[in-house]
Amino acid sequence: MNVTPELDTRFREAALREGLVDVRFDVFDSPVGELFVAATDRGLARISYRPEGMEESLARTFGVRVLRTPLDDVRRELDEYFEGTRRKFDLSLDLRVAPFHADVLRELALVPYGRTDTYGALAAKVGRPRAARAVGTVMNRNPIPIVLPCHRIVGADGSLTGYAGGLDVKRRLLRLEGATLV
Amino acid sequence: MMGSMAATDPIPPFERFYLLHRDEVLGYLRRLLGPRAEDAWQETFLRALRAYDRLQHGKHLRAWVFTIATNVAMDDLRARKPVQLENGDEPSVELHREAFRELEHLTGDLPPTERAAVVLRYGYDLPYTQIADALGSSEDAARAAASSGVRRLRRTHERHT
Repeated sequence: MNVTPELDTRFREAALREGLVDVRFDVFDSPVGELFVAATDRGLARISYRPEGMEESLARTFGVRVLRTPLDDVRRELDEYFEGTRRKFDLSLDLRVAPFHADVLRELALVPYGRTDTYGALAAKVGRPRAARAVGTVMNRNPIPIVLPCHRIVGADGSLTGYAGGLDVKRRLLRLEGATLV
Repeated sequence: MMGSMAATDPIPPFERFYLLHRDEVLGYLRRLLGPRAEDAWQETFLRALRAYDRLQHGKHLRAWVFTIATNVAMDDLRARKPVQLENGDEPSVELHREAFRELEHLTGDLPPTERAAVVLRYGYDLPYTQIADALGSSEDAARAAASSGVRRLRRTHERHT
């Protein structure tokens, strides 16, 4: 006895309407592969290139009432970004990270579209000029890549160094934005 | 010690729990309520979601959701049909799965408690301890309800043949 898509949708909508959901998520295709996206009532909470284990991760951070529902506003802004018609995201964010991470991510958000900056420069901007490596860790654990543009952070010599979605994706995002690559 | 217990039975994200049980719960409610099952099904999962963040562990979630579904169905059935209780002194009877399949179409005529007990026992293989939880009764009472339901099914079956 299978639940029909209509019945399933009706339930998910009722659950949202009643405010019973801690965090909702969706998975959709993009030019850089499948994206797992999650949001709370406060805002966008996660973007991940790898859906495996993400529901458990959400449950640990935001609560066990994790439900899949369409996230149309997030999807629309990402679509526009990938089409090259959006340079800045208007989504509110729900960041639950340690204070140092929050400081770094706030500075990261200010790196303009189509430009790059270095780990060291970002460290200097948060008043920790010697903490380039720690900034690297923050980039590595960035909960909302693309929207928080860690792809714009490169090594001191201009090398791409690393990226959660793979270096190909990093290169692709920078090319899309028209950034100059070494 | 506490930590390791929690680690072996973590509460799964609701989405996983929902995908795992939504179809069989709908099947169960159809057996109990027929065409009224869809509203009861939605109410079941909304009740589950309302209580989900207060669960202490992820054990017995299947029995737990059947309990909620049974409560929802009972509310519906009791509102429509008076409960008839059988004399509980008769010896308990059991049914083979094959025999249940033959009699299942008659379960609609059973009183709610007997109907739920019979369907949970023979349709879903739940042990009497879990059926007792679902019915909010003792294990003996659950066994008696299933037993009395089976007797009633057989009588109805004989009348029809």
